[in-house]
Amino acid sequence: MTTVISEKTDHFLSQLSIPENSFQLAAAERALQLDFPTTRDEYWKYTRLSKISKGAFTDSFEQKEKLDIEDQLVSNEFIVIENGIVREDISQYQKDYKIEISDASSPKTLKVNSSDIFSTINRAAAIHNVKITIGANKVIDTPLQIVYLNHSDRIISNTQLEINAEKSSKSTIVITNIGNEGKESFNNHVMTVDVAENAHLTINKIQAGNPSNYNISTEEIEQDQNSTFKINTVTLKGALVRNNINIAVNGQNCETHMNGAIVTKEKQHIDNHTFVDHKVSNCFSNENYKYVLEGKATGVFNGRVVVRQDAQVINAYQNNGNILLSDHASINSKPELEIYADDVKCSHGSTTGQLDENAIFYLQARGIAKENAKKLLVAAFIGEVIEEIEHEGTISLIHRLFKEVHNWDF
Amino acid sequence: MGKTLLDIKNLHAEIEDEGKAILKGLNLKVNAGEVHAIMGPNGAGKSTLASVVAGKDGYEVTEGAIEMEGKDLLDLDPDERAKEGLFLAFQYPVEIPGVSNINFLRTSLNEIKEYRKEEPISAKDFMALVREKSALVELDAKLASRSVNEGFSGGEKKRNEIFQMAMLEPKVAILDETDSGLDIDALRIVAAGVNKLKNENNAVILITHYQRLLDYIVPDFVHVLADGKIVKTGDKSLALELEEKGYDWLTDVKTL
Amino acid sequence: MSGYTEEELKEELKDQEYKFGFTTDIESEKIPAGLSEEVVRMISAKKNEPEWLLEYRLNALRVWMEMTEPEWAHVKYEKPDFQNISYFSAPKKQYESWEDVDPEMKATMDKLGISLDEQKKLTGVAVDFVMDSVSVATSFKEKLSELGIIFSSFSEAVQNHPELVRKYLGTVVPTQDNFYAALNSAVFSDGSFCYIPKGVKCPMELSTYFRINESGTGQFERTLVVADEGSYVSYLEGCTAPMRDENQLHAAVVELIALDNAEIKYSTVQNWFPGDKDGKGGIFNFVTKRGMCHTNSKISWTQVETGSAVTWKYPSCILKGDNSIGEFYSVAVTNNYQQADTGTKMIHLGKNTKSTVISKGISAGQSQNSYRGLIQIAKKAENARNFTQCDSLLMTDRCGAHTFPYIECANNSAKLEHEATTSKIGEDQIFYCQQRGLSEEKAIGLIVNGYVKEVLNKLPMEFAVEAQKLLAISLENSVG
Repeated sequence: MTTVISEKTDHFLSQLSIPENSFQLAAAERALQLDFPTTRDEYWKYTRLSKISKGAFTDSFEQKEKLDIEDQLVSNEFIVIENGIVREDISQYQKDYKIEISDASSPKTLKVNSSDIFSTINRAAAIHNVKITIGANKVIDTPLQIVYLNHSDRIISNTQLEINAEKSSKSTIVITNIGNEGKESFNNHVMTVDVAENAHLTINKIQAGNPSNYNISTEEIEQDQNSTFKINTVTLKGALVRNNINIAVNGQNCETHMNGAIVTKEKQHIDNHTFVDHKVSNCFSNENYKYVLEGKATGVFNGRVVVRQDAQVINAYQNNGNILLSDHASINSKPELEIYADDVKCSHGSTTGQLDENAIFYLQARGIAKENAKKLLVAAFIGEVIEEIEHEGTISLIHRLFKEVHNWDF
Repeated sequence: MGKTLLDIKNLHAEIEDEGKAILKGLNLKVNAGEVHAIMGPNGAGKSTLASVVAGKDGYEVTEGAIEMEGKDLLDLDPDERAKEGLFLAFQYPVEIPGVSNINFLRTSLNEIKEYRKEEPISAKDFMALVREKSALVELDAKLASRSVNEGFSGGEKKRNEIFQMAMLEPKVAILDETDSGLDIDALRIVAAGVNKLKNENNAVILITHYQRLLDYIVPDFVHVLADGKIVKTGDKSLALELEEKGYDWLTDVKTL
Repeated sequence: MSGYTEEELKEELKDQEYKFGFTTDIESEKIPAGLSEEVVRMISAKKNEPEWLLEYRLNALRVWMEMTEPEWAHVKYEKPDFQNISYFSAPKKQYESWEDVDPEMKATMDKLGISLDEQKKLTGVAVDFVMDSVSVATSFKEKLSELGIIFSSFSEAVQNHPELVRKYLGTVVPTQDNFYAALNSAVFSDGSFCYIPKGVKCPMELSTYFRINESGTGQFERTLVVADEGSYVSYLEGCTAPMRDENQLHAAVVELIALDNAEIKYSTVQNWFPGDKDGKGGIFNFVTKRGMCHTNSKISWTQVETGSAVTWKYPSCILKGDNSIGEFYSVAVTNNYQQADTGTKMIHLGKNTKSTVISKGISAGQSQNSYRGLIQIAKKAENARNFTQCDSLLMTDRCGAHTFPYIECANNSAKLEHEATTSKIGEDQIFYCQQRGLSEEKAIGLIVNGYVKEVLNKLPMEFAVEAQKLLAISLENSVG
């Protein structure tokens, strides 16, 4: 068999040191045959990857002995991952969460994205695999925080998270990527999540790293019956951020929630792709993504819901609201429904517009300066997403980041 | 005493998928010219009774019979039951976007007429009838040309139900919680409409939770439905007694 | 709609199978199957076309040869063998006037329910009748020509008004636009041409009826409607084909041009043979329809689609002029094994442009029905507005309803709203109707009619009645 090797991928991989085990070497071989998607590919229609595909990223760096993470923490349980390498020496977690750190020679097999170039590079080049288990019946109030840091320029971080929320457990994971160091770095995250029967799991992601950074997150979630899964994504910065969330709802009576608040400016590009696959009956899913775009920012929302044949009594909702604050901002919205069963209630809405002039005037008439009136309205617009986070420490961190990035008070 | 219009005999019914028995041997005989009130605590099976008699999907009759003038209704589709002269005023009338009340009712009326081997009604006569009957419940004629129940207030929906009853002239009308959600003026209008419509040849069954409606539509019989059966029957004074004492004394007696 | 009586509907419903499934026994002249430069030259020569048109066709053929059939639509079918299609079929006789038309063909039209005689007398609709690619006769021509309106077959227009055809042909749908448009540009055999002069309001509905008759033929008609400044025209298009168990191809191109302050209303009732209940046969309907809106103009597409085995169609508007308006109203019904991927594109380029999209899909049987729509707001399109509502109704648990909207906005003064719902036909609504004495079938008919009413209201009266009947026929015994 002759195989065609992609030159770009070859160049990309040649910068990296692939760990010498059979799984990762095989992954590298597979990656060589894959090409970076172009805008001709339906699901990459609005996102140009040339800055990543042409970029020369390195995975070698010198560890810093001390890392200043104090002001990034929202919990006293946390794992620090520096440029893709777990820093057990500064991490801190007790026994509620079972944490296993291993090499990346046998990660969980991906079901949806197994032939995707980014996840394949991740499989080939990752150093560590972090497995988090929330034991059966454990109800944990304190969230576990994953602190991602890049402190070198042009570094690539291939990270692997595997989360197992066992039967009837209840917990929250917070993932932050908010350090401002390390220019033009590329975070290539892969996360797999299993939410077992009757378990409740919430994941809060905060993306506000260096504005020149690239971030591709590939996330595969599987839900068993009676489980509830919620993922909230807040994005404030990033040259190119792409979140691929794939949720397979395998058991009945599940609830699935996806929320996003994206507030960016400058020439940033934020792309959220979600895919909920309703394979069985009697489930509910709800999705709400709000974008506020300033400067030359572009937003992409592509929400896809599939209801399989015989998956009856499904209620699925998608909402995407967009506010363009500047002349040069743009948004591409693509909410998709693919329905193969009949006893369903599915709907989606997408609105794009500006802040309501009447509302601004009303607030002004009550003595609020125009700029503040606008901020107030933006806060109200994304407020319903922030509320979903439900963890005070995380919410105050988000408010602080809003102040830092946009000089906005909430 | 008028002839028997509706005869419910030892009716047992359950929710189809759950197999949960709701009606457990209910007997009710309704003669022409009579007004019956069925009262009872929440969950007694009042609305189930209305749905089962009208033939709604999702219920299984496991035993007993429902006869209309001697004809078995159980094998009939809901529309055939309606054609036989059964009318249900819904507790929650559904909205049907894009279908005008007028078109809906004319189709309905002509189907019923055809079933009775009568001539269809002409457009002119139909409109005259609409005007006449909508006045009966003080329903704005404009509502008649709107989509069925769409954007109607709660009171308008209920008046629309009675308006339809007036148009279709059923033999037996079951009013399922028609008084719920109505203010006193609307209640008076609805009741006046029903009073004008009842005569020696038809019968009305009022399903209600409150005695209030019975001040306006005076029943000949009051039945108490509890745990799927009629546990007590009396005249209108029973309703007042229930208002005063609640239902517990009846259900307690039953368990003794 | 209270436009039909029970009796009429009942009469229609007796005939549950495809109503227009008869063939007309007319001697026709058919070019042997296959596509080559020679065939294109032959078509052009038969029609006595000028050199520039032959060049246009040959160029299109070259472009098409380089292209591949698109794959992105949500439909699955066996690709037609383009070398096994006859690209030209015409009734052998040509007619001088309507009176000369073959009685058998007139009978065909009678069966189609569009009897020209009757229509001439009663409705004042001018009809251009295209059977297997060649325009047969156009009525009312004289009356229209008094107003300076040109309404003729495309071939006649090429002979009589070459300057107009040459000026506008391919200006809205360029040859290289897509695979089927390129194919059409190479081999189109006839179609309709319409020109409304400045300031003229066309006093009657103009109508074309398309029919595929000959087996093993494709129909590639070309329609060009030009509304000059300040004019108005309402144009109707109806389509049928006989039942055949092989798939037949229909790849039309429709170009509309609304110059400043003009308005074009374009209505289609499409009832091509959908294949039998096992999914055998039926028309592949791959059509490119697009309108160009100049300043203050308006183009409105209304379509009722019940036919075809596979439909691939996106009537679109390029809102180039400031203050122009584009509208799309659609009902698409699929039953049995039909597949439809249809919707619209509204390209907002000018300032203060507005578009409205109302799409109602109904899926029954094992069919797949997709809405695919693009709303694009260009950077300079200040104050653009769009409202989109697309609803899908599911009648069985084996069909599919899909919604693929693309919303692209690059101007911050735009206001866009998109809503979509997918749900099962309301059991509580059916029960409510049944309780009032309607049979289940009739209840469904009534609910469906209510559901699509917003769109049917946009059709001219005669068409709305026909469309309503078609819906009833298409959805016979459709509830699972």
